[in-house]
Amino acid sequence: MKKYLFLILLTLIGLYVFAAPLKVAFIYVGPVGDDGWTYAQNLGRLYVQNYFGDKIQTTYIESVPTANAVNVLKQLALNGYNVIYTTSFSYMDQTAEVAKLFPNVIFENCSGYLTGPNMAVYFGRIEEAEYLTGLIAGSMTKTDKIGYVAAFPTPEVIRGINAFALGVQSVNPKATVQVVWVNDWYNPPNEKEAALSLISAGCDVIKSETDSPAPLQAAESKGVYCIGYNTDQSSYAPKTFLTASVFNWGTYYKDDIQAILDGKWKTHNFWGGLDSGVVGLAPMSNLVPPQVQNLVNAMENAIKTHSFNPFSGPIYDQSGKLMIPAGQSLSDQDLLSMNWFVKGVIGSISK
Amino acid sequence: MKIKFEKKSTKPSKVSIFLSSLISILIALVFLGFIILSLGDDPFEAYWQLVSWAMGTVPGLIQSLVSMMPLLFTSLGVLIAFKMKLWNIGAEGQFQMGAFAATWGALYLFPNIHNPWVMIPLLMILGAAFGAFWGFLPGIMRAYLGVNEILSTLMLNYVAIYWVNYLTYGPWKGPGSYNFPITAKFPQSAILPQYGSGGLNFGIIISIIMAFFVLYLVKYTKFGFHLEIAGDNLRAGEYAGVNVKKLIILAMVIGGAISGIGGMAEMSGVLFRLQPNFSPGYGYTAVIIAWLARLDPIATIVVSFFFGVLLVGSQQLQLFMQIPSSLINAFNGILLFSLLASEVFMRYRIKVVRS
Repeated sequence: MKKYLFLILLTLIGLYVFAAPLKVAFIYVGPVGDDGWTYAQNLGRLYVQNYFGDKIQTTYIESVPTANAVNVLKQLALNGYNVIYTTSFSYMDQTAEVAKLFPNVIFENCSGYLTGPNMAVYFGRIEEAEYLTGLIAGSMTKTDKIGYVAAFPTPEVIRGINAFALGVQSVNPKATVQVVWVNDWYNPPNEKEAALSLISAGCDVIKSETDSPAPLQAAESKGVYCIGYNTDQSSYAPKTFLTASVFNWGTYYKDDIQAILDGKWKTHNFWGGLDSGVVGLAPMSNLVPPQVQNLVNAMENAIKTHSFNPFSGPIYDQSGKLMIPAGQSLSDQDLLSMNWFVKGVIGSISK
Repeated sequence: MKIKFEKKSTKPSKVSIFLSSLISILIALVFLGFIILSLGDDPFEAYWQLVSWAMGTVPGLIQSLVSMMPLLFTSLGVLIAFKMKLWNIGAEGQFQMGAFAATWGALYLFPNIHNPWVMIPLLMILGAAFGAFWGFLPGIMRAYLGVNEILSTLMLNYVAIYWVNYLTYGPWKGPGSYNFPITAKFPQSAILPQYGSGGLNFGIIISIIMAFFVLYLVKYTKFGFHLEIAGDNLRAGEYAGVNVKKLIILAMVIGGAISGIGGMAEMSGVLFRLQPNFSPGYGYTAVIIAWLARLDPIATIVVSFFFGVLLVGSQQLQLFMQIPSSLINAFNGILLFSLLASEVFMRYRIKVVRS
């Protein structure tokens, strides 16, 4: 009798465990309403919540200061969350530290490089999309000066600027890309000021990489073309918006959570490009001439099928030194630690 | 018709002071409830989320204590000046300077000291010295030039914050930080003893000891006695032979040193590295805490803990009800407002005069 009771109890517990939804948490570096990086991440969260329905339960916490990340991570793990995505490089060390304390919880950091048995990293090769936006910017500029509003000189951002500049130069070798650092991911007033200063320096295309649409609004107010980042921000600059390089995080989260639900999850270092669908281009506006649109589509195809790599030589750095000889391209390792600008970029990386 | 404020002849009793603090908290909580209601959420569930984790579980309690520590140090720092009605709003800057000094010592000044028994006291002295200096500047300006200390302490906060920003964005950017504004981690010798993995550290004990030290200072020393007299009436203090100039500077320096040690403890005990925005404005919350505790050092421990709970609870609010954590700032604002209002009601009789 006792045996049966025990069996019934075990089945009940099993049923409960399997029926309980997978609890998934997201930690955001900015507010969901930034209409940029965090907004794109939250679109990914909403996408998987909708896709998996009752099988998962998601939550998020926004604008977490780096100094507080350890506390928040522990709080989530102790509250029974099974999967925690920390969606900024600035949380990588803290995520790795807390991952060691909770071996049964899966931690994943976006754009970092530290992995462990229960910690994975994931990111998108946004530079592939940045190269395509560079083709458009280079075709559209008349003053041959393009302004780039950037957050921090991290390798990720430097890769994006370089790919963008390479795209620009492949259609317009005379054009330069002028970089201004905001030193913040999300700081609308400073982002706006940076864009305005670039416009008054003669730039007639503004490329933003920071999290808010403020640089695009600034460009629109001055009647200057602009290209966005993270999500399709066309509604913020309907008259001058050309396109944006975007992240589609939902496609990654869907595959990842499916693997967790199936019990097939393993630690990994995911780095998907245009071919994976994690990164892409927002629809190009009618301002972009058809022949340029055709060129962009052709290059997008070439990158997707791996017949073209934006970082293939010969590529020179700002001082004219040959960094990548003809016939070679950069390895992932070189890309991940990239700390130099290509020729034609005006700006410096403080080291 | 006119409204007239008449000063009451009697001082408010202890019971009425306590009750007014309690009522202020209640008013702020009710306001908070209405805001939550307007967001379409259940205020009672929100109250429950605010305290259940932060006070009802061991890890939550530890987190609340960790959050209490910087608040307690900075509250004690402003409390001393408040005793003599000197409005020191500079705890934030003094806290930041203490954190800066500790980082300077741990990473650059004493790279060859590997013994924590030498390193930790050195860092504490350094933190105290820089915090004290940040109190000394507005103190001397007030004492000898008559510069309003509210403005000078407030302005110096920004100087300290931008100084930390400059260092972390520039020369102190750590190796392996991938150009993020963050210094290298403190060496093991510069880290305060840690108990378990929850963040419990010796800094919390120091902060409580500090509260008793401040109690001793204000209750049982001549300095404290002078503060009391000067607080009642500055001129009377002068007639009674108190050197008011010296007292102003001393109160600012001691307060600054305590907040500076707080900055050091936050670095060595909790964060282990300097970065911009490492303080969510502890030094400003401290002003509210000191008031709510009616400038009593022991009550300050309790109130700081309460605010630590609020900080941790607000994260819980965000995680489980998706209520923005900035709501706690609104709560703090309403609380200070009702506290000041209750002060007026206790000390003044309000009369409606028909003209």
